[in-house]
Amino acid sequence: MTDQREAASPPVLDVRNLETVFRVRDGQVHAVNGVSFSVREGELLGVVGESGSGKSVTMMSLMGLLPSPPAMVTGGEVLFEGRDVLKMTKQEMRALRGGDIGFVFQDPMTSLNPVFTVGFQIMEPLRVHLGLSKARARERAAELLALVGIPSPGARLDDYPHQFSGGMRQRVMIAIALACDPKVLIADEPTTALDVTIQAQILDLVQKLRTELGMAVIWITHDLGVVAGIADRVMVMYGGQVAEQAPVAELFARPQHPYTRALMQTLPDLGGARKERLLTIAGQPPILRAPPSSCPFAPRCAHVHAKCREANPPVLDRGARHEVACWWTPPQEGRDAA
Amino acid sequence: MPLDAAKTETLVSVRGLSMHFPIYAGIFRRQVGVIKAVDDVSFDIGRGETLGVVGESGCGKSTTGRAVIRLYKPTAGSIFIDGKDISKTEGDALRRLRPSMQMIFQDPQACLNPRMTVGSIIAEPLDEHRRDMSRAERQEKVRALLDQVGMNPDFANRYPHEFSGGQRQRIGIARALALDPKFIVCDEPIAALDVSIQAQVVNLLEDLQDRLGLTYLFISHDLSMVRHIADRVAVMYLGKLVELASRDALYESPRHPYTKALLSAVPTVEKRSVERIILQGDVPSPANPPSGCVFRTRCPMAEARCAAEVPAFRKLADGRGVACHFAA
Repeated sequence: MTDQREAASPPVLDVRNLETVFRVRDGQVHAVNGVSFSVREGELLGVVGESGSGKSVTMMSLMGLLPSPPAMVTGGEVLFEGRDVLKMTKQEMRALRGGDIGFVFQDPMTSLNPVFTVGFQIMEPLRVHLGLSKARARERAAELLALVGIPSPGARLDDYPHQFSGGMRQRVMIAIALACDPKVLIADEPTTALDVTIQAQILDLVQKLRTELGMAVIWITHDLGVVAGIADRVMVMYGGQVAEQAPVAELFARPQHPYTRALMQTLPDLGGARKERLLTIAGQPPILRAPPSSCPFAPRCAHVHAKCREANPPVLDRGARHEVACWWTPPQEGRDAA
Repeated sequence: MPLDAAKTETLVSVRGLSMHFPIYAGIFRRQVGVIKAVDDVSFDIGRGETLGVVGESGCGKSTTGRAVIRLYKPTAGSIFIDGKDISKTEGDALRRLRPSMQMIFQDPQACLNPRMTVGSIIAEPLDEHRRDMSRAERQEKVRALLDQVGMNPDFANRYPHEFSGGQRQRIGIARALALDPKFIVCDEPIAALDVSIQAQVVNLLEDLQDRLGLTYLFISHDLSMVRHIADRVAVMYLGKLVELASRDALYESPRHPYTKALLSAVPTVEKRSVERIILQGDVPSPANPPSGCVFRTRCPMAEARCAAEVPAFRKLADGRGVACHFAA
């Protein structure tokens, strides 16, 4: 399915060599170091990594959502339908955000304004971006609430955020992001704060919406289980770089990067044989004061050798659209032996 | 088997524990209702055993953990630790019991005082309960504790902000171990940590259990992690215990419809043959729980009987306990 789509459509969003630097009191932190990826219409890209791996900063940078200073996008291109987002004026950018590109943040408790009704907050982008009349915007807001599965949507428009539960608030956030029929939806850990049964409802909803509306979705999470269930392709990030990128089945069948492999082994399973002991990754993710000159994972890597400390591995295609940034090649094997 | 201690003798025995919080309203602050955070819960924990408690937010799992070690005064029920009922103990007598039961908290950021050094944080329980120890002995103990949780003993003079989340959680564990407790309540100890760090902390908890013979009540919403660490698992919903079974029995063949739904909702890397049950709606308010079975409003197999009759928590043939009319 992915291959047909690839032939049919160019990427909606194409990010090339994005670099972001934070200027801090005692120097610089290189949070994003040459990240490249793209998403196509209707495709769901899962982005995985630990805190500090640069996954959120990447998405915030490409939307110009980071305060500058301290943040500065120092390099790269972000092409949305062929136009470079980073070269846009503030007005053009504003039209894009909340219009063609929707954003859902992690915390549904703090992303909604507590002093405005939910209806007002959904109608806001409709009136600003689409210039709808108040009555028409209200109608559309009710449709959106119904779309994300909130019962009696018309009546609930006049409720305030505190009258909704966590799962309902996250649905409201999704409704706001969907308000202007975005071509790309960026969701930053949208279900992390929710319970598993509510998470299952939200995952179901997003699957339905992207098939029905043909949206491209970028789903940031640290939960490999979620990614395995919903993504078409997965990008694993480490130290502000792409460690590995592959179609979902390929990644879980043949993880190539030592970080991805270690990440999979640290997880306890819900079924199958119980692991006697969980594998750990010793050490901490790096804070990069300078652009990495060696592999950022080298200090924690089980397969490290001299070359890893000398040069940062480039992202190379290993076939089957499987891109890996690592000098080491795992022996040919299935997932069981991994 | 499950309701009675699994392995050896029972260390903790909870019978009919209820924890109700009053709701006050109006200008006279009159009591208008009650939130039944925990309602009639009974379980045992054997010495050296880990009992996992799982459930969604607001199901009363943390309240249960806190009530068991008497951070709350329970509304009803009894709590036996080592054969002694501590549910009504007060004042000095309760204070003397504190060293034997400790707690590890969820947020390692919030539970460590930022103005105290790591050494004084870990020594605080010793200052309070071990007046018999000299200053030098206490310092030695702190260094030994840091070493025990896998940290450099020289870190005693540093402050919490100098450490990462996983290291802070280790400091919290060292503090909990300071008084050589028998029983530790772990309230979501890994929820705030990254996946690669979670495994480190869980391995540490397991090592400490082996070495010191600790008994854990392990509260978590992460069902895969509970399967890894627990010997038996209790599932809670809206203040009620709905299922209690040995680990393998619970994960291989859940009997309560809520347990089934909960397990099927967990996203996993491995493809599973289990049909996904997506529950509709949210957990009802514990201030106004449904009549009869509390789960009936979201239960796919609810019938008229469920609204009328509260299902008894009964034992099945394989020894597990389930609170459902239809479970067999």
